Amino acid sequence: MAEPTIDVRDLTKMFGPFTAVDRVSFTVGRGEIFGFLGANGAGKSTTIRMLCGLLSPTSGTARVGGCDIRTEPEGVKRRIGYMSQKFSLYDDLTVEENIAFFGGVYGLTRDRIGRRMSRVLDMAGLKGREHSLARELAAGWKQRLALGCAILHEPEIVFLDEPTGGVDPVMRRRFWELINGLSEGGVTVFVTTHYLDEAEYCNTIRLIHDGRIIAGGSPRELKTSVFGHAVFAVEADNVIEALEAFQSEPDVLETSIFGVTLHISLKDARDGEPRLRRMLAGRGLRARRIARIMPSLEDVFIHKVEEERKKGARP
Amino acid sequence: MSGTLDRIRPVVKKELRQIRRDPRTLVLLLAIPAFLLIMYGYALNFDVKHIKLVLCDQDQSRTSREFAGIFLGTEYFDLVGTIQDAAALDTLIDRGEARAGLVLPRGFGNDIAAGRSPAVQVLLDGSDPTTGATAIGYINTIALTYSVRVVTGRLDRLGISGTGLPIDLRPRVWYNPELRSVRFLIPGLMAFILMTVVVVSTAFSVVREKERGTMEQILVSPLRPLDLVAGKTIPYIFISIVSIHAVLFVAAFLFDVTIKGSYLWLLAVMLLFLIGGLGLGILISTIARSQQVAFMMAILLTMLPTFILSGFVFPIRNMPAAIQAVTYLVPARYFLSALRAILLKGAGLGAFWDQLVGLLGFAALMIAASAIRLRRGEG
Repeated sequence: MAEPTIDVRDLTKMFGPFTAVDRVSFTVGRGEIFGFLGANGAGKSTTIRMLCGLLSPTSGTARVGGCDIRTEPEGVKRRIGYMSQKFSLYDDLTVEENIAFFGGVYGLTRDRIGRRMSRVLDMAGLKGREHSLARELAAGWKQRLALGCAILHEPEIVFLDEPTGGVDPVMRRRFWELINGLSEGGVTVFVTTHYLDEAEYCNTIRLIHDGRIIAGGSPRELKTSVFGHAVFAVEADNVIEALEAFQSEPDVLETSIFGVTLHISLKDARDGEPRLRRMLAGRGLRARRIARIMPSLEDVFIHKVEEERKKGARP
Repeated sequence: MSGTLDRIRPVVKKELRQIRRDPRTLVLLLAIPAFLLIMYGYALNFDVKHIKLVLCDQDQSRTSREFAGIFLGTEYFDLVGTIQDAAALDTLIDRGEARAGLVLPRGFGNDIAAGRSPAVQVLLDGSDPTTGATAIGYINTIALTYSVRVVTGRLDRLGISGTGLPIDLRPRVWYNPELRSVRFLIPGLMAFILMTVVVVSTAFSVVREKERGTMEQILVSPLRPLDLVAGKTIPYIFISIVSIHAVLFVAAFLFDVTIKGSYLWLLAVMLLFLIGGLGLGILISTIARSQQVAFMMAILLTMLPTFILSGFVFPIRNMPAAIQAVTYLVPARYFLSALRAILLKGAGLGAFWDQLVGLLGFAALMIAASAIRLRRGEG
């Protein structure tokens, strides 16, 4: 494998006594879509901000596009594009003026700004709206304009910090198509999200919890990593009572609620369905439907977080 | 060097576009200073004239009428009534119908003629101490002048001639011959207005970028913090210069305060003062997280010191030493001295070079501090 575009080793950030990011290490290859998943406050944004040079790490090293983030921040800045969850645009400037400004800031020549402008307008679907003020755009278009501004200077690496917040599902899907396009063009995409369904679009994922990476791999690898256990979807009449029933059983590893469905993981899959029915029957409950399912990333995430919690409780 | 200009240009362009999109702010920046000067110029008048006086002449002699006539002959006192009963004075002053009362006792004329010293009672409304103190000054002077005249008259009659006063005092007031406080106030008002407007507008402009997240977007770009500061500052400097001319225009046409000294030096001093103010505005914006906080800080750090600690209203030399030391941190102090020197005295560089150094120091300090704060980011 070629030299990784992003190479992070033992990166740590402390805010006073609080460790926001704890010895995080990973590598990202060229053209990969790398998903950084975690709940709010898990350390996703802090990591991305360190890699972009907005925050300096307490310890550890990272190389982005071959440049050390501590010693060559200017080199890093030229190689990356960054888009935050705020879609940082100037509301009182037009679409065209926003693009021209960010092009100028990156030192692009007038010709190049012109060429890139039409590319970006095409990509964002903003042709014909060049003279609209950014504040008049709906969230989805703002999001794509912000992405356009972030990749104006054709960076090798794009950092997207929660890029899909507040955007409707259709627009989110379209946005991921754009990200795929970038990746096909050889751009490395580093994206953070707390939407676990979005992680399916990534080539590689890291789960971060309380500042530490607790699992990683491709979405498929992650799902099969917990394959030793079997996950069942259970639809019961009384979800809460059913949940309590399962939680008291020693054979049940994890429980979680998805709307009216419970996901129950068992140590082994044999006779899963009849065993689960028996557990419910013990409490006088009845299941409407029980089926073995492929664990979703959410199941994996819950499982990993649960594992961490147990580890933390033991020592 | 062209590299720096290339980097600053997009920022300047962007700022100008944003200012143009927001004409209200532009009008505010251009018109408010001149408007405030008109308001304050008329309202802030420290000259005490036309004090309402009630006369209680119980003597009704030629001498008493002569003495009272001196008071009424000046523009400092206006006669609002004459009464016979001194007790009625209290009510008139209480009601605010008069601010001063002059009581000439029965036998005033005879006493003076006989060489005795009659007691003249003056009642003053001290609720406004400035007016009160000034009025006492006027009254003292009038009484003293009259007494001297009486004494010299007596000496003459005794045959002692050539008794001029030992000192013949002939004061001539320079720079502001009529001692009009407007002349003195205009430089102070210019400092006050420019500082407040400039600091508030720049502080807002950076904090707005922080609130919107565009600041972060710029910080990940190759643009250097100093380029950003320069790019944001330049348009506001231009606008402020236009605004200054509106202020000078108002000063000349409404208050008759024209530039006695060099226009170019005036411009140079103003530019330095503005750069310092803009630097302070940007520094505030790097500390404040919201526009409200920025506004509070800007007001506290500009309005009050410029008003109180610059020598605008209260002379610095009368302040306690510790406070005097603080005034060295107030750029308006230097600006005011230099402005008075150029505007009113027409003095050359020799008279205000030290003020120029003070302004330069302040501007350098502010720019450096805000560049350091910007580089570190806020996190």
